[in-house]
Amino acid sequence: MKNLRSPLAKAKNWGPSGDAAHHFWIQRLTALALVPMVIWFCLSIALLPEVTYPVLVSWLQFPFNTIMMILVVIISFKHADMGMQVIFEDYISKQSIRITAILTVKFISYFLMAAGVFFIIKIALGDH
Amino acid sequence: MSWDDNRPMSPHLQVYNLPFTAMLSILHRATGAGLFFGLILMVWVLGAAAGGAESWQSMHGFLSSWFGQLVLLGFTFSLYYHFCNGIRHLFWDIGKGFELSDADKAGKIVIAASIALTLLTWMIA
Repeated sequence: MKNLRSPLAKAKNWGPSGDAAHHFWIQRLTALALVPMVIWFCLSIALLPEVTYPVLVSWLQFPFNTIMMILVVIISFKHADMGMQVIFEDYISKQSIRITAILTVKFISYFLMAAGVFFIIKIALGDH
Repeated sequence: MSWDDNRPMSPHLQVYNLPFTAMLSILHRATGAGLFFGLILMVWVLGAAAGGAESWQSMHGFLSSWFGQLVLLGFTFSLYYHFCNGIRHLFWDIGKGFELSDADKAGKIVIAASIALTLLTWMIA
């Protein structure tokens, strides 16, 4: 016997990390939240007249729209980064590339989440 | 076992005729990944709007071009497909619709609904 490590110690850090159920749940939670939000988003955008600058600004300055758009950006990026994670986990077998891809998408998502919220608030509170 | 022996191989993706439900499944992933890029575009559009009337005008010009319209059309269909099929998934999550005939029927509804919603949206907008 060359290795005194127990089977458990050897398996640790190689198997699932233990948060899959939480991942599954948050993916569904964000999906469910996005159902009414997508309906709202599509209806609102489709019913806008010709999207000129003043039309867009006044639409985004209406408080309910400001709040909903902030939520759309945050929740859909969360849903998307988790979805991309699942795709990478399924199709990229090399661990280093897989983790790099997952982290890259997550960092891009969080940056764009913040950027999106900033842009919305800038338009909503701006003096146009 | 080597590749050149005469034993039959299991169906490979290139030669395997995917069943309808499997096509819907991979389309769900494809549209999901596409929508990630759609979200990036959405933030870009918001950024253009936040930059003032002039930068909005150039973004509006891009979105009105044939390429911009094509991107928006792809975004609309992807969004509606992922939305409708996502609801189909949520029904499975609560344990409903697992019969193959139900899965097939719901799949056909999903395809029809996403095409109809896409057309409807483009007629209104």
